[in-house]
Amino acid sequence: MTPVVLAQAIHKRFGRLEVLKGIDFEVRPREVACLIGPSGSGKSTLLRCINHLEKIDAGRLYVDGRLVGYRQRGEKLYELREREIAAQRKDIGMVFQRFNLFPHMTALENVMEAPVQVRRENRQAARDRARELLDQVGLADKENAYPAQLSGGQQQRVAIARALAMRPKLMLFDEPTSALDPELVGDVLGVMRRLADDGMTMVVVTHEMQFAREVADKVLFMDGGVVVEEGDPEEVIGHPKHERTRAFLARVLSPND
Amino acid sequence: MSETHEDTAVAERVDIRAVPVRHYGRWVAGAIIVLLAAIVVHSVVTNRAMQWGLVGDYLFNDRVLRGLQNTLVLTAISMVIGVVGGVLLAVMRLSPNPLTSGAAGLYIWLFRGTPLITQLIIWNYLAQFYPRLGIGIPFGPTFVSADTNALISPLLAALLGLGLNEAAYMAEIVRGGIMSVDQGQLEAASALGMSRGRTLRRIILPQAMRVIIPPTGNETIAMLKTTSLVTVIAYFELMNAVQQIYAQNYRIAPLLIVAALWYLFLTSILTLIQMVIEKRFSRGAARPAARQKTWGSRMLGFSFGAREQGMT
Repeated sequence: MTPVVLAQAIHKRFGRLEVLKGIDFEVRPREVACLIGPSGSGKSTLLRCINHLEKIDAGRLYVDGRLVGYRQRGEKLYELREREIAAQRKDIGMVFQRFNLFPHMTALENVMEAPVQVRRENRQAARDRARELLDQVGLADKENAYPAQLSGGQQQRVAIARALAMRPKLMLFDEPTSALDPELVGDVLGVMRRLADDGMTMVVVTHEMQFAREVADKVLFMDGGVVVEEGDPEEVIGHPKHERTRAFLARVLSPND
Repeated sequence: MSETHEDTAVAERVDIRAVPVRHYGRWVAGAIIVLLAAIVVHSVVTNRAMQWGLVGDYLFNDRVLRGLQNTLVLTAISMVIGVVGGVLLAVMRLSPNPLTSGAAGLYIWLFRGTPLITQLIIWNYLAQFYPRLGIGIPFGPTFVSADTNALISPLLAALLGLGLNEAAYMAEIVRGGIMSVDQGQLEAASALGMSRGRTLRRIILPQAMRVIIPPTGNETIAMLKTTSLVTVIAYFELMNAVQQIYAQNYRIAPLLIVAALWYLFLTSILTLIQMVIEKRFSRGAARPAARQKTWGSRMLGFSFGAREQGMT
């Protein structure tokens, strides 16, 4: 079975700063992988490499068996054209920390936009499906609301519906609950949990250890641009082997935080 | 503790009835302004040089109306050239290709760096620079050519001068609008697989509009007035019409008032239209217009009947 995400020795630098220093990992179909680690550890950058929002400098990155952002002929790599990159991204859904909903469109229009504009779906069919998705994330009554009229949690759930509307094979979540008020986090995590139960392949950058522990099939602890520890959530979060993991978890899980 | 506190609050609710601050300074300033206004109105109405009767006669004079029509046509076409050119230049300016963005930068520098009146006269006297204009292969043979003077009518010179100059200013307005859109919007659209062009049209420009529309309205209003400059290249518009008439009959003051009244009327209409459009493009922006205090309450410091709505 081809892994949905396969990363081999990925390096990424911003100017002089090396952010990713050789990352290897894979995510199999229907698997949920959680990336945890202190801020600046490179986990968001890694996530953004997967749909080529960031270009990798070394290594190979495959999604669904296809090289991301390049075409390989023999030993040589050719950069893909913008249109080809866009085509690759169609199958990868992404949810951002700051939601990034389109503020000039209603919730329904936000969800319909890409299916109609990119997939060339029939408007009525796209609308029906958008309604269905909004219903799934518990916002059936908010289809005519503009993002500014919604709470953060509601906006994030619309953003998840928007990504799902493209029928992605893989969903990327970049700290989806970090910008939310604490009482709104639960709704968003609930939607993600159901998505995982339905068999969606997901890569989630998160600080929600409880969620990682309960939902993830695999947890990767990153620090300083490398994967320090990887494995079953019970192992990594429950019984970390490395000192750095232990120190991080102690800080995150401390009750007086 | 908190329970008793709440109880007293509910039991003995006392509405505040305070004496408002009296703005004596405002009253004095107001009185001075009313006096000055009276002096000005009196002098304008009783000044015989104004010849108000003639103003009425010439307001709908045939030549004035034809000039007015040309002013409107000139404003409309120049703004279309300006907006289309401005969007094009702004997109070029933001292009990753340094030659494309450099070319747009050079254009903007050139057209903003020279006075409009100079540009208008240059277009009018284009024959002095290039006696014949033609189409052909660059550095090669020419297929068709024509006499520049026959080609460049005063109307065309006016449109080129006003429109191309406006494009340079609009380019900066559009660029500011595009740059005001959050980077996350671009990423969200990219992540959904939208192409650059579609992202620009569907996501970026509609949001940039909210920033672009108000200054564009101002530009249109300014353009309406700026068209009067083309009188220097003898194109027949409102100002030119008025000048022609008073050159014959020497009724300078009333005719200038006729022109001023028309410009004032048209700019007022455009201002109203601008307000309507601005409202439409602020869709999705959660900033309701702040409720203005009434005229009377700003002057006096209180208003009658404010108690019912204001204090809750």
